[in-house]
Amino acid sequence: MSAVIIAILVLLGLAVVFGIVLGFASVRFKVEGNPIVDQIDALLPQTQCGQCGYPGCRPYAEAIAGGDTINKCPPGGQSTIEALADLLDVEAIPLDDEHGEEKPRSVAYIREDECIGCTKCIQACPVDAILGAAKQMHTVITSECTGCDLCVEPCPVDCIDMIPIETTLNTWKWPAPKPGIELIATDAGRGSVQQGGIA
Amino acid sequence: MSHVFAFHGGVHPPENKRQSTRTPIRQAPLPERLVLPLSQHIGAPAEPRVQVGDRVLKGQRIAEPVGRISAALHAPTSGIVTAIGPHPIPHASGMEADCIIIDSDGDDRWIEHAGLADFRALGKAALTDYIRNSGVTGMGGAGFPTDVKLHLGDDHIVNTLIINAAECEPYITADDMLMRERASDIVAGIEIIDYLLKPSHILIGIEDNKPQAVKALEKALKGCTLNIDIRVVPTKYPSGGEKQLIKLLTDVEVPSGHIPADVGIVCQNIGTAYATARAVHQGEPLISRIVTMTGEAVAQPQNFEALIGTPYSLLLRAARVDTGSLFRLVVGGPMMGFTVDNDQIPVIKTTNCLIAASPDEMPEAPPAQECIRCGLCEQVCPAELLPQQLYWFAKGRELDKARHHNLFDCIECGACSYVCSSAIPLVQYYRNAKAEIRSDEAEQRKAEHARQRFEARQARLEAEQAEKEARRKARAEAAARNQAARKDKSVAAAPASTAVQAPAGEPDLKQLKTAASVARTKLKQAQKALKNAEDKGLDGVDALRATVQALNIKADAAQQAYDQALNAQSDASAAPDAKQLKTNAAVARTKLKQAEKALASARETGGDDIGALESRVRELELRANDAQKAYDAADAGSAGTQAPDPAKLAQLKADMDAAQAKVDKAQAALESAIASGSPAVEKMTAGVEKLRGKYLEARAAHEAACTPAAAPATSPAKLAELKADMDAAQAKVDKAQAALENAIASGSPAVEKMTAGVEKLRGKYLEARAVHEAACTPAAAPATSPAKLAELKADMDAAQAKADKAQAALDSAIASGSPAVEKMTAGVEKLRGKYLDAKTAYEAAGGTCSDVPQSDTPADADAEKPVDLKALKQQVSIMRTKLKKAEKALQDADAGERDALAHEVQDLNERLNSARAELQSAEQVRIEAAAAAGVDLKQLQIDAAMARAEVTKTERALGTADSTSATDLEQTLLQARSRADELSKTLSRFE
Repeated sequence: MSAVIIAILVLLGLAVVFGIVLGFASVRFKVEGNPIVDQIDALLPQTQCGQCGYPGCRPYAEAIAGGDTINKCPPGGQSTIEALADLLDVEAIPLDDEHGEEKPRSVAYIREDECIGCTKCIQACPVDAILGAAKQMHTVITSECTGCDLCVEPCPVDCIDMIPIETTLNTWKWPAPKPGIELIATDAGRGSVQQGGIA
Repeated sequence: MSHVFAFHGGVHPPENKRQSTRTPIRQAPLPERLVLPLSQHIGAPAEPRVQVGDRVLKGQRIAEPVGRISAALHAPTSGIVTAIGPHPIPHASGMEADCIIIDSDGDDRWIEHAGLADFRALGKAALTDYIRNSGVTGMGGAGFPTDVKLHLGDDHIVNTLIINAAECEPYITADDMLMRERASDIVAGIEIIDYLLKPSHILIGIEDNKPQAVKALEKALKGCTLNIDIRVVPTKYPSGGEKQLIKLLTDVEVPSGHIPADVGIVCQNIGTAYATARAVHQGEPLISRIVTMTGEAVAQPQNFEALIGTPYSLLLRAARVDTGSLFRLVVGGPMMGFTVDNDQIPVIKTTNCLIAASPDEMPEAPPAQECIRCGLCEQVCPAELLPQQLYWFAKGRELDKARHHNLFDCIECGACSYVCSSAIPLVQYYRNAKAEIRSDEAEQRKAEHARQRFEARQARLEAEQAEKEARRKARAEAAARNQAARKDKSVAAAPASTAVQAPAGEPDLKQLKTAASVARTKLKQAQKALKNAEDKGLDGVDALRATVQALNIKADAAQQAYDQALNAQSDASAAPDAKQLKTNAAVARTKLKQAEKALASARETGGDDIGALESRVRELELRANDAQKAYDAADAGSAGTQAPDPAKLAQLKADMDAAQAKVDKAQAALESAIASGSPAVEKMTAGVEKLRGKYLEARAAHEAACTPAAAPATSPAKLAELKADMDAAQAKVDKAQAALENAIASGSPAVEKMTAGVEKLRGKYLEARAVHEAACTPAAAPATSPAKLAELKADMDAAQAKADKAQAALDSAIASGSPAVEKMTAGVEKLRGKYLDAKTAYEAAGGTCSDVPQSDTPADADAEKPVDLKALKQQVSIMRTKLKKAEKALQDADAGERDALAHEVQDLNERLNSARAELQSAEQVRIEAAAAAGVDLKQLQIDAAMARAEVTKTERALGTADSTSATDLEQTLLQARSRADELSKTLSRFE
C-alpha cells in the first residue's frame, strides 16, 4: 500500500517540478509576435494588391494564421497555395476564383503622353513605385512595380496598362521536360533499340 | 608522363572525332552578312559604338564592354553596319537578342594594327586591359571574359595554371586541330598568361585520344623556359570539366560554391591561350575561331577558321551539307549542346562545334519510362551527386530538397541521362529545377524588396498622420492659450479702461449701455427667481426681494447714467436731433408701457412691489412726457424752418379749388332759383354762405401753408413778373423825372404838377419794389445766386448813380437859383434813401461786398461735401479703370505706339494719384470731424452694422417664435431697433 502512495507522491512531485519549470520557461522564453505569421508572410508574393480582401499581404498572413483559407491569393497562384499548404500542413485547395485568376506577372506602364499628372496612381501604389509630381508626367519604376493593378483603377484618364513581363534571355527558364521524349543527342542506337523493343 | 589522378564517374560515349580531323583547318568563306550578338559572353552585353550606316574595318572595335564582367566586340571584316537590332542567337531558348549586323564589302580590309613588341614591358594591369579591349573570352564553352580570370592573381595565390586541352566531348576536334597546327602560338599565349598569373607550375591537361596534338605541343615547348607539364589523361567524359580536370591533374577538389582560384588553381582553355597570343603578338582581336563542322549530314566534316558572326548556313554549305539527310543541327557537343532550328544563327566566340546530324545519328529521344532505381546515374555522376534523388525532387517540385541535395553542383554534363536505362531526360529536369529555383529566388528577393518598400511606405504614412495630428493638437493648444490670454487681458483691461476713461471724463456710451442692460438682465432674473419663490412659497423670499430691490436700484442707476450720458452727448451735438428725440420719446413710451404692464400684472397678482413699480411708472411717464415735449419742440422748430411738403400744398390748393367750384355751383344754383322764384332761396343762400365760408377757410389754409413757403418757393416766374412790374414803374419814374428835369431846366410852370406826378410814380415804383423784395428776401438768404446778387448790386449802383445825378441836378438848380431847389433837394434825399434801400437789400441778400465771398464759400463747401466725397470716390475708381485699360493697351501695343501710351499711362497715373489724394484728404476731414465729436467713425460704422444685424436677427426669431416668447422678442426687437436707429443717426451725422 505504502508503495502505491510513494509512487503517487513521486509522480506528484515530478509533476510539480515540471510544472514549475514549464511555467517559468513559458514566461522567460516567451516569443514576441506570432512566428507563423512571419513564415506565411514570407511565402506570400508581397504584391500588396489586396485581392484577398485584406489590406496587404501581412494582414492576409495574419488572417491565415487566424484560420482563413489559403486560396485567396491570385498573384501567388497555385504554387503559393501549395507552399502554404505545406507550411500549415493542410490540404492544398484550388485558387478561389472569387478573388481573381492567376495571371502572368505584369508591370504597370503609364502612357506618358496621356498622363495628366493627377498623382492619384502615386497615392494608390503600395510600394511607391510610381514617380511623378502634380501636373508632371508620371512614370513607373519597373523594377519596383509588383504588378498589383491598384494604380489602374484610380487613373482618371485610363492611361495605365498592365503589361505582362516578357521573358528575356536572362529570365528564360529551361522548360520542364515532357515525359516520354527528349534524350541526349548521342543516344543514337539505344533509342532505336528501345523504341524497337517497345514496338 | 607524371601521375594522373581520377575523378568519380564519367562515361565513354562514342567519340566520333576522326571524321573532322582528316583535313587541316580551312578558312571559312567570307560571309556577305555577319551577325554579331552583343552578348557572346557571360556578363553584361557590350554597348555598341557604331551607328547604322557606319563603315567599319576588320578588327575595328564596334562595341565596348560595360562593367567589370563584359567583353568588347570587333568587326570581323570590313563593311557597313546595316542594322543594330534583334536577331536570333545561339541560345537554347531560340530567342532573339540585340546584334550588330555588318554587310561585308568583300575587301576584308584590316584596320591598322600591331602587336606588342614586348608585352612584359607593359604593366600587368595595362596588359589585362589590352586583352580586355581585344575582346578575348573563354573559348571552351561558357565564354567567361578572360581578363577577369587573369586578374585573379591580384587577390588569390595562384599555384597552378591548368591549360584545358582535354576536349572530352564527342565530335569536337577544334582544340585538337588548333594544337596540331598552331602549337607555337598556344605556347606564346601560355607565356602571357603565366606572366600575368605567376603560377608556380603549369599543367596542360590533354586526353590520350589526341596523340598528334600532344606531339605538336611537346615540340613547341622545346626551348620554353616555363615550368610546363603536359599531362595526358585517359579519355573519359567529362574529363574536360573544370573541376573534373583539376581533380584529375592535382587531386584537389574544389569545394561546392567556390571557384578554383580559391584553392590556388586557374584554368584556361587552349583556345583562349591562342586567342590571347594573337591579340598580344599580332594585335588581332578575337574576330575568328576554329569551329568543327561535322555530322553525318555533311559530306566534308572538317574544322573551319570562321569569322565571328558567320551564319551556320555558310559553314554548312562549305562542308557540303546534304539538306535531305539533315535531321537536326546541334550547337556544341552532343552531350551538352542544344538543337537550333534556324541556320541563320551566327557563330559566336563560344561556338566550338556544329553537328549536322542525320536521323540515324541523333534520333528522337525515346519515351521516358519510370525510374527503376538502377543507380547507374549515381555511378557515372562526375560531381558525386545523387541524380535519381534530384530527379525525384525536381519532378515533385520539391525544389528546396533538390537544393539541399546540391543540385547547383551539377555541371549538366549529361552523363546520367546518357546511362539512364529508363531514358529519362534527367539533365532537363535539373536544368528546369535550377531555373525554377533561380526565378523563385529572384521573386523572393523582389517580394522582400516590395515588402520593405510597403512597410517603409506604411511607416511614412503613419508618421505623416502622427505629425499632422501633433500639429493639429499644437494648433488647438495654441488657440486655447490665446483665448485664455485674451480673456485675462480683457479682465485686466476692463478696470484699466474705466480707470482711463473716468478721468478723461468721457462717459463711454456703449459701456454704460452694456452695464445698464446687464443690470436689467440681472434684475429680470432676480425677479423671476423671486416670483418662482413666491409661487412655491419657499423660504428666503425676503432675501430675494431685497436682492431684487437692490438690483432694481442698480439697474436704474445704470440706466440713468446711460441716459445722462446720452443726453449729454446729444446736448453736445450742435442741434437737437428730431429723429433722435423721436426715438427717445418712443423708447420712453415703450418703457412706460412695459412698466405699466408690469404694474398691471403686479396689481393682478397682488405683488408687494406695486409701490416701486408705480413710482417707476410715474418716473417713466415723466420721462416719456419730457422726451415727447422735447421732440415736439424740436419738431415745431424744424417745422418752422422746414419747407412744407409741395404735395401737401397741392392738396390744399386742390381742396380750395374744389371748395370754390362748389361755391360757384351753389351760387349758380341759387341764382337760377332766385330767377325761378323758388321758395328754397333762403336755405340755398345759407348753404352758399356756408360753402363760401368753407372755401375761405381752405383758401386761408392754403395761404397759410404757402406763406412761409412763399419766400423760398416763389416761382422764378412770379419773381420775374414782380420784377417786370417794378422795372416798368421805375421806367415811368425815370421818364417822369426826366420830364421834370426838362421842365425845371426850361423853367416850365408845370413843374409843380410834374413833381407831384413823379412823386406818385415813385411811390408806385417803391411799392412794386417792396413786393419784389419781399418775394426775394426770404429766399435770398439761403438761395441767393451770384447772378441775383449781381443784379441787386447793379440796382444799387443804378440807384446810387441816380442819386448822384439828382444831386448834380440839384446843385445846378441851386446854382441857377431855381425855385424848385427845395423840391429837388427832397427828390435827391429820396433817391439817396432809395440807394440806401437797395444797398440794404443787397446786403441782406449777400452781405456786404467784402463779406460776400467769405459767407459763400463755407456754405457751398458744407452743401457740397457729401456729394463731393461720393464724386471723389467715383473719380478715383474711374481713374483707376482708365489707368488699367491704358496699361493693358500699353502691354499689347507695339513699339510705335508704346511711347504715346506710356505717356498717357503716366498722365493717368498722376491724375489718379491726385484724385486719390483729394479723396483721402476729404475723408480725413470727415474722420477728423467725427473724431472731434469724440466718435470713432469706423467703430461707429461697425456698431451700426451690428445693430442692424441684431434687428434682422430678432425679426427673424420673432417670425418663428411662439406667442409666449413673442412678447419678449418684441421688446428685444424694439430695443435693438432703437439702438440701430440711434447708431445710424449718429453715423449719418458724420457722413
